[in-house]
Amino acid sequence: MDLSFTPAEEEFREEARTWLAENVPAEPLASMDTAGGFEEHRAWEHILFDAGWAVVSWPERYGGREASLVEWLIFEEEYWASGAPGRVSSNGVSLLAPTIFDFGTPEQQDRFLRSMARGDEIWAQGWSEPDAGSDLAGIKTKARRDGEYFVIDGQKTWCSRGAFADWFFCLVRSDPDSERHAGLSYLLVPVDTEGFEARAVGRLDGEPGFAELFFEGARVHERHLLGGEGEGWAVAMATTGSERGLNLRAPGRFTAAADRLVGLYKELADSQGPDLDRRDQVVGAWMGAQAYRWQTYATEARLRGGTPIGSEASFMKVLWSELDVELHATALRLLGRDGERADSSWMDGYVFALSGPIYAGTNEIQRNIISERVLGLPRR
Amino acid sequence: MDFSFSDDQIMFQEAVRDFLTNECPAEVVRSAWENDTGRTDGLWVALAEMGVVGMTAPESAGGLGMDETDLVLLLEEAGRAALPEPLLEHTAVGIPTLAEAGGSLGEAWLERAAAGEATLGASAYGGYAVGAASSDLVLLIGDQVLAVPVDGASLVEHRSVDGSRRLFEVDGDAAVIDADPALAFDRAAAAAAAQCVGVAQHLLDATVEYVAQRYQFGKPVGTYQAVKHHLANAALKIEFARPAARHAAWCIAVGDPDRSRDVSLAKALASEAVDLAARTALQCHGAIGYTFEYDLHLWMKRGWALSATWGDAAWHRNRIAAALGI
Repeated sequence: MDLSFTPAEEEFREEARTWLAENVPAEPLASMDTAGGFEEHRAWEHILFDAGWAVVSWPERYGGREASLVEWLIFEEEYWASGAPGRVSSNGVSLLAPTIFDFGTPEQQDRFLRSMARGDEIWAQGWSEPDAGSDLAGIKTKARRDGEYFVIDGQKTWCSRGAFADWFFCLVRSDPDSERHAGLSYLLVPVDTEGFEARAVGRLDGEPGFAELFFEGARVHERHLLGGEGEGWAVAMATTGSERGLNLRAPGRFTAAADRLVGLYKELADSQGPDLDRRDQVVGAWMGAQAYRWQTYATEARLRGGTPIGSEASFMKVLWSELDVELHATALRLLGRDGERADSSWMDGYVFALSGPIYAGTNEIQRNIISERVLGLPRR
Repeated sequence: MDFSFSDDQIMFQEAVRDFLTNECPAEVVRSAWENDTGRTDGLWVALAEMGVVGMTAPESAGGLGMDETDLVLLLEEAGRAALPEPLLEHTAVGIPTLAEAGGSLGEAWLERAAAGEATLGASAYGGYAVGAASSDLVLLIGDQVLAVPVDGASLVEHRSVDGSRRLFEVDGDAAVIDADPALAFDRAAAAAAAQCVGVAQHLLDATVEYVAQRYQFGKPVGTYQAVKHHLANAALKIEFARPAARHAAWCIAVGDPDRSRDVSLAKALASEAVDLAARTALQCHGAIGYTFEYDLHLWMKRGWALSATWGDAAWHRNRIAAALGI
């Protein structure tokens, strides 16, 4: 056990910190859930990619620098501490890409990974349906075989980034007679497919952050099938592991936010005097972020030792999503009369954080998974 | 960055776990409630023979020369078994503090302590020294570290809610020893955190087992989502307290500059974890858990005591605030 960073890791941190200090935009970008802001964020992804920081842990041939998992965690700490923009490409890079690395053909890997990493093609997830949210195995969108093509009919919803995305990774029912987890396939759908339409839906913040996806005889070639036909559930579960665990929400995001919260308390205490109740809430948020950080480094060691994360990713998902809500709620309480103002990054962060306990499988589902699959309680 | 334990560390943990599973079942813990010392008949001697008791002493003093990262897994096991022996006071605090102090007093006691021939107690100023009457030397930790030989000291005994913890106020012939009191305190708080994690884990495991076989309305109560989510919440607290406790042990072993802050992180998280685990275990057991005959309370009460001692969650949260400059 050595919980210090090696000289090489420290050097990596320093390099990332220096580059970020010199390149992070001085002014915040417009919201990525607006048409203009989406393109500003895409341009930022190009800058990251060209400097080799978009996908640090990936192979060099796809634009990465083959960084270790520890180095990636270090990068995330530095990235979020620097105040850099949100990652508009994260659904692709964090969720779909690990699945393509595991299940994609060499042709698919070459076709999609580099363009995804550079932000040339930005991906959105098409899983939930009007009647299938937590109960994902209840999806009804059908994909009928027609020679080399799948013909898709149905509807997807709550598709983040969907209003402006270039590609969609969708879970569909390819066997019309199947039920539940069987007979599903994982299809990659380009936005310009005939018979496909993405319609924007206003999210809680009023911006078109969601889309509904309509498929009416949309034809997708079989080369865009990820994993085996009818094996979509297994492929999708690999994606959920990425969504709940490390890939999407590394601890650096929360340690940086907690440090900012400590700073906010200091400012207010200097001008208005201490408030011990609020101070304790700040400490609680700081503790939660640090607890996640050490649990993550412990998990990294387990992964390196050959033990996969599996259902225990649900621990992480519950922790970071509930921490994020508490952290931002605490900030709004600190702000007093300004807590309700719409023009604060803390309010933006709070509204966004509230989606955390819902997406990627609600926290009720995560607690079911923890109790049944980690603790081993009887299902029925 | 490498958060893995060595094969030797894991093997030592497993050996101690097997030993305690066999030799320290609930009836042995219960027997410690009823005897004169609050301790067990023979477990301390056996642990000394395994090398556990003196493991933190230098090899030159007859110990194993091991550090807090070796010890932390054993402290978790001690918590899991509710071991009523002074692993915290003696092995985690007393021996390393005497080794640090050196001098004639250190030399006089260290070899005997490493061999398990003398037992060390410890208490914060104004706290209670657990098991002082069955110890030989008690360290009082405040703005200095004082060493008080039990022989000739006046002891005032109080009852703990945990019948195996005999609480003493110690007043006697104190010698100041040359050891850092803040470090000694952190050793104790970090060790208590690791034990809290172990106690909490047992409370969770025992409750998972119980609710899987307790039937109501024709099915196990563990199938009900209300029960499941209680247990998931307890599991979450433990999952995130454990790495913090292990990290705190490492901070002590290497003298990390943020040691006190991160020991407080560990103890606050671990206290909160064991508090929730105890509440959850009792609630999910229902009335059977509320009886004296059923073993659950042995762990609940150990959890209450360990949660509160060497700084409770609120105390450590305040110390974190100070370290953060707020």
